[in-house]
Amino acid sequence: MSRIDKEQVKHVAHLARLHVSEEEADKFTKQLDDIISMAEQLNELDTEGVEPTTHVLDLKNVMRKDEPKKWITQDEALKNAPEKQDGQIRVPSILE
Amino acid sequence: MSLFDHKLSEIQEWLHNKEISVNDLLDEAFKRIEEVDGEVKSFLTLNEEGARERAKELDELRGTKEGRGLLFGMPIAIKDNIVTKGLRTTAASQILDNLYDPLYDAHVVQKLNDAESVTVGKLNMDEFAMGSSNENSSYFPTRNPWNTDYVPGGSSGASAASVAAGEVPFSLGSDTGGSIRQPAAYCGVVGLKPTYGRVSRFGLIAFASSLDQIGPLTRNVEDNAYILETIAGHDKMDSTSANVDVPKYTEALTGDVKDLKIAVPKEYLGEGVSEEVKTAVQNAIKEYEKMGATWEEVTLPHSKYALSTYYLISSSEASANLARFDGVRYGRRSEKAENMLDMFKLSRSEGFGDEVKRRIMLGTFALSSGYYDAYYKKAQQVRTLIKKDFDDIFENYDVIIGPTTPTPAFKVGENTDDPLTMYANDILTIPVNLAGVPGISVPCGFSSEGLPIGLQIIGKHFDESTVYRAAHAFEQATDYHKQQPSLGGAQ
Amino acid sequence: MNFETIIGIEVHVELKTASKIFSPSPNMFGDEPNTNVNPIDLGYPGVLPVLNEEVINYAMKAAMALNCDIATDTKFDRKNYFYPDNPKAYQISQFDQPLGENGYIDIEVDGKTKRIGITRLHVEEDAGKLTHSDDGYSLVDYNRQGTPLVEIVSEPDIRSPKEAYAYLEKLKNIIQYTGVSDCKMEEGSLRADANISIRPIGQEEFGTKTELKNLNSFSFVQKGLEFEEQRQEKALLAGEEILQETRRFDESSKKTILMRVKEGSDDYRYFPEPDLVPLYINDDWKERIRAEIPELPDARKERYVKELELPEYDAMVLTNNKDLSDFFEETINAGADVKQASNWLMGEVSAYMNKNYKEVHELALTPEGLAKMIKLIEDGTISSKIAKKVFAELVENGGDPEKIVKDKGLVQISDEGQLREIITGILDENPQSIEDYKNGKDRALGFLVGQTMKATKGQANPPMVNKIILEEIEKR
Repeated sequence: MSRIDKEQVKHVAHLARLHVSEEEADKFTKQLDDIISMAEQLNELDTEGVEPTTHVLDLKNVMRKDEPKKWITQDEALKNAPEKQDGQIRVPSILE
Repeated sequence: MSLFDHKLSEIQEWLHNKEISVNDLLDEAFKRIEEVDGEVKSFLTLNEEGARERAKELDELRGTKEGRGLLFGMPIAIKDNIVTKGLRTTAASQILDNLYDPLYDAHVVQKLNDAESVTVGKLNMDEFAMGSSNENSSYFPTRNPWNTDYVPGGSSGASAASVAAGEVPFSLGSDTGGSIRQPAAYCGVVGLKPTYGRVSRFGLIAFASSLDQIGPLTRNVEDNAYILETIAGHDKMDSTSANVDVPKYTEALTGDVKDLKIAVPKEYLGEGVSEEVKTAVQNAIKEYEKMGATWEEVTLPHSKYALSTYYLISSSEASANLARFDGVRYGRRSEKAENMLDMFKLSRSEGFGDEVKRRIMLGTFALSSGYYDAYYKKAQQVRTLIKKDFDDIFENYDVIIGPTTPTPAFKVGENTDDPLTMYANDILTIPVNLAGVPGISVPCGFSSEGLPIGLQIIGKHFDESTVYRAAHAFEQATDYHKQQPSLGGAQ
Repeated sequence: MNFETIIGIEVHVELKTASKIFSPSPNMFGDEPNTNVNPIDLGYPGVLPVLNEEVINYAMKAAMALNCDIATDTKFDRKNYFYPDNPKAYQISQFDQPLGENGYIDIEVDGKTKRIGITRLHVEEDAGKLTHSDDGYSLVDYNRQGTPLVEIVSEPDIRSPKEAYAYLEKLKNIIQYTGVSDCKMEEGSLRADANISIRPIGQEEFGTKTELKNLNSFSFVQKGLEFEEQRQEKALLAGEEILQETRRFDESSKKTILMRVKEGSDDYRYFPEPDLVPLYINDDWKERIRAEIPELPDARKERYVKELELPEYDAMVLTNNKDLSDFFEETINAGADVKQASNWLMGEVSAYMNKNYKEVHELALTPEGLAKMIKLIEDGTISSKIAKKVFAELVENGGDPEKIVKDKGLVQISDEGQLREIITGILDENPQSIEDYKNGKDRALGFLVGQTMKATKGQANPPMVNKIILEEIEKR
């Protein structure tokens, strides 16, 4: 039984903002299905009531003081931008 | 014999007495790189100009102050997912390539600069640290210095290869599921993944935030301990960096392991582990016995679930961590993009390689509506069980010992078609990242093909001292670490 | 068929901490684009967030003022979506463990008090600002990225656009009292979205709701909801189906306009933020913050009625505006009579503010100035009429009322001899008026008083003028 089909792969690619061709979608569907099938082995384990681990260390309340500090200039902020205009970063609009 | 074959303290004495210069050390590094990097292909970017400038400044300082650190003037190379201000940083991805200046130095790079070491260049890796062979670099694969038909391991493949090939005395790598230890094992060098939270991640291009750690790769345990002393410690810019004192790891290297209680998990010498590797590890255990340590067989009952758990968690975190590469503020923006959606989709599709895309999609799927509980949350729960396996063992033992990898290095191209076979290389290193404990790989033998085999020593949270002590004692009792690959006909 | 309206409101409030929530960049509005940013705000590779402690303090204050239960264990999560103003392509927010839950506020509509529930208050980071231009491009400024926000979600307890307006006014007022935000809608430091659905009266389940976004003022919220209420009713009566839509209110046509139809729910793939550790908020911390919360509008209103003996109406008007209420308190602390101070603030001061679109702190008038002026009226130095002239000067240019009165020669003439002399002269010139008064035409007296005031440039003490005129007429 397949765990993920081509339509789902395309949907996931869209969520992740990846363009995939039909051919790539076929390949990824097979590979992701293999990986997810392997992951199904986790269902052997009863994890009822087991706390999920997000952090391996038991750290809490790591915070800093509210002190403002400048770090880079506007020029630096824009340095790597592919396109810029009037101190801002330029991007194509939602629709052409 | 290379200058880098000498002890750090010896080199420092010569520098202090002006018998050698920092520039001489750079000559040594760049000469060796010139000789062998055409074969090994460790470097993505060389920093010769910057390094020579820095050497000039440092040479002026020679002999001016007693007690300069042992890294003074020492060449070092850095994995390309650790950001360096003004020095090209790509994470081996076309999405960054030449299109980005990090604007700042990673915390560890600042620490190395403070220690007055000299960065000679940036090292190849699997793209965004996703891979076990360096074949996922978008530039070229790095080769194993012991036999260039073989992979150096990954993702810090070039961090291990550059040290093994004598290009640099040490390097930094990063380890998310074994990415320091596995290539260290494949290339016959010493590589440590510190306790999660021991070294700041600030400036490490994130793969999986809850697993990533930066660590040193060196030719011997002592250097490794010294570099960790230099780069470890609390950083207020990293909320997950622990505010725990950094001991003098080098002082733990007593050579004495008489009191050491070793656990050997039966799963680590079971199915899938090659006979040569098993034998090498069993010999190592005998060596410890000889030195007066005791060992017992134990079990890590959930270790067989670690691989699945790891791929779900690391890919989920990666799917978010790599979303920032969107073509807006830095990096590649597709020239074909005519609207916003295209800008995102085409830039990312052109910029990322297949393995990265695969993991982003796996992670996106595992987090998506309707699947979160079954995959992501389930994996986090199993992570709790895996961590508990380690906690239980460490109640009665000081270290866990086993192989670093199930087999020695494989051939370039051998595993590229099937992601699952590739992933299986990491089954013995992954549980360590999931539990957040420290682990080291030290050379413990060679295969019949002359490829190195690594011994993995795993310790308690923040107990790198014991890991180093155990590793150092083994190193002193053996001479695997003294052997070097014959490359470029020079050695 | 009669319908019932169901409204829920989501409000985003920017907290005015000195630095951003996860980076030390200054938290400032109105600077040059991309000057208050650093690699963390820009989502550069390798950067990590570190939480600003003050943000939690401020957010807790807001949550407590809205009567929320404060979480003991809480955390941050990543909310994933791509947009150019969202540099990491995830927003750090709170998903399943919000800082505050189960709160409420009481609103007053048509003289009745009603309690509106608050489902949750959570903390998150604001996005940058995207400006669309006509040439097919948009421009991004990341100065706002990382500004601390609280999102406050109401229960669907609101039953009319008017209640929605009252809810927003009250919410804004309470937040302003806590001092954690300016709540300036025009600067975006308070933003509101509203969900509205209607259902036939008696029906249990909710109808399909539409969401109103980009609402630039509270009155647009009310007008947008009023339009939407009628649009939905007409549609249902015509047998049409309401679609789950996002709509915006068009200010010129006073209509709501479709932005997009929602298909299913957005998949934000929330998961716990691995770069930030959990928060544990113990009782000490909670109590420390609770002790810092100043008196809130409802308590202040009650005190005005009970202790200052102000009429309910005065107390409500004054406390509805924190600045005005603070000004009032300072005025009475400076010695002014409570009722007089209230009258002036609700009357002349408010009228001036409305006419000139100014806030009370933008006036040249100070509480001390107002108090002094009120005292000058009370001790008879100036008449109420003259006081209006003094006020006009004070409100425009400030200054010391006594000095204004002296410099402009506005002191009331209460010297009986002086007044009698002036009045005698006026009576001499107006024998007809005396005659008329004696024949029972009371209006003639008013004329004589007017003439006296004119002759004294309004400075004569009015009761004294009355008294002397009558005495002098008697004598003739």
